[in-house]
Amino acid sequence: MTPALTVHGLRKAYGSTQALRGVDLEVGEGELVGLLGPNGAGKSTLVKITCGLVRPTAGAVSVCGSPAGSGAAHAALGYLAELFRFPDWCTADELLGLHQQLSGSAGGAAERAALLDLVELGHVPDRRVGEMSKGMQQRLGIAQALVGAPRLLLLDEPTSALDPTGRRTVRALLERLRDRGVSVLLNSHLLSEVELVCDHVAIIDHGEVVSAGTPAALVRAGGVEVETAAGTRTFTEARREDAPRIVRELVAAGEDVYAVRVLTSSLEDVYLEAVGA
Amino acid sequence: MTPPGGLRAALVVARFGLRESLRRRVFVVVALLTLAFLVLYGLATWQAFEATDDFDGVGTAGVEPDVVVGATLAGLAMFAILFLGTILAVFLTLGAVRGDAERGLLQPLLVRPLPRRVLLLGRWLGAVAVCAPYVILVALAAFVITWALGGWWPDRLAGPLLALALGVAILAALSLAGSILLAATANGIAVFMLFGAGLTAGLLGQIAEAIGSDSLDRVAAVATWALPFEALYQAGLSELTADTVGFTRLAIDLGPFGGAESGGPLLWLWALAYLALVGVVAVAAFARRDL
Repeated sequence: MTPALTVHGLRKAYGSTQALRGVDLEVGEGELVGLLGPNGAGKSTLVKITCGLVRPTAGAVSVCGSPAGSGAAHAALGYLAELFRFPDWCTADELLGLHQQLSGSAGGAAERAALLDLVELGHVPDRRVGEMSKGMQQRLGIAQALVGAPRLLLLDEPTSALDPTGRRTVRALLERLRDRGVSVLLNSHLLSEVELVCDHVAIIDHGEVVSAGTPAALVRAGGVEVETAAGTRTFTEARREDAPRIVRELVAAGEDVYAVRVLTSSLEDVYLEAVGA
Repeated sequence: MTPPGGLRAALVVARFGLRESLRRRVFVVVALLTLAFLVLYGLATWQAFEATDDFDGVGTAGVEPDVVVGATLAGLAMFAILFLGTILAVFLTLGAVRGDAERGLLQPLLVRPLPRRVLLLGRWLGAVAVCAPYVILVALAAFVITWALGGWWPDRLAGPLLALALGVAILAALSLAGSILLAATANGIAVFMLFGAGLTAGLLGQIAEAIGSDSLDRVAAVATWALPFEALYQAGLSELTADTVGFTRLAIDLGPFGGAESGGPLLWLWALAYLALVGVVAVAAFARRDL
């Protein structure tokens, strides 16, 4: 099966500044991949090259088997930029109508209504963009990105303007999209969000992928903590499987055990370590 | 799902631009200001023909005063209309690429299967669909006013109207091309400076004609052809009185809008080639631009 996104040896230089230094990345069919990294790490550049908005210096990017920037690649993807804006004079319905026309979608009014419902804007199809809150505009942006049922969705900080309820809505939406086989590359600073929904995570820093894997594989065992009558004892090298043995030995040694905790590093710890913070 | 072809997609972009102009009430403002211009023009025309009534049969030496006044006023109107059309063309296009990209408006559109050259074509078509009919209609209105108040009508009608329309189409293309490299304000200034340079070249040609300087005339000709909207305006002016002869012709040539070069069919071909050239340069520059 052709991956939704393949990035190979991607480099981008802006003058003497190296934004990307040979990035390799793959997003499989129906996979939800989180892209993490500090500001200026190269995440948005990677997404923009995938969208054909920025020309790479070297390397190759293909979207569903077609080179990034080609008509077929454009037809296969949906995109919500980090710093986006829609014409403030047009309504939500008109905006989606424009994108339907440009993408060649034959979904008509039914598709527009379904997309607005999906992002909980179904009650305001005729509201002008200029009269919407930033959060509503961001949800409209997600609906816009979904016009024409793209196979790959590129979302650059899609929840930055949303309140916790809005974020939960987007999380649920992403999970529903994954179930439908849509691949998503999610660029976000919200580690908890990425940890909750993403199948894979890639951490990028100074234009390079410095860590990648499933969230479960990235978070490492951090020891076992046991609460006894004598106080809390930490076995730093121990893993989850070692917990029963440790408890047995402590009880055999006459200690009273009140609680056992298996410690793991969080994605935040992994991220901070990977980017050297 | 089949994305629209080149021209169809360009028309989608053009229609969206027109809808924006309608929604933002651009046309209402333009219509009100144009109405004010035409009223002022009518008053001036009425006063000018009233004044020439005193000349009838008194020392006019074979010159038809109404023709001189009518042609001069129509020449003035054409200049004002070209200026108004230029303002419209510039304001509809000055931030079309860099301005819209900096505001984040452009990227969502270009992620669609919409080639950059098609987006440029659409924005240009949208601007021309407003500016070209505008200059044609306002020039026609000015000619009708001149005829109604003084009985003068241009010797030829199509030439001046088409010259104005093609002139603003070129200015819209220059402004659109400028918007790829320059920020909106800088682009607006640059296009108006080009417009001023064209105007200066035209005036230079008239000075050359008055003092009989061939070399100055050549400089003016080269400059007006380098900025063909000015050469087209001059051609349109010359068509206004193409069939006027004798002392009346001489009197018109001595006026501020006399002595214009017609340019001939070559000018029209050059103007179209110039338009195509601006388009090619714009497409090449846009293709290289990171957004």
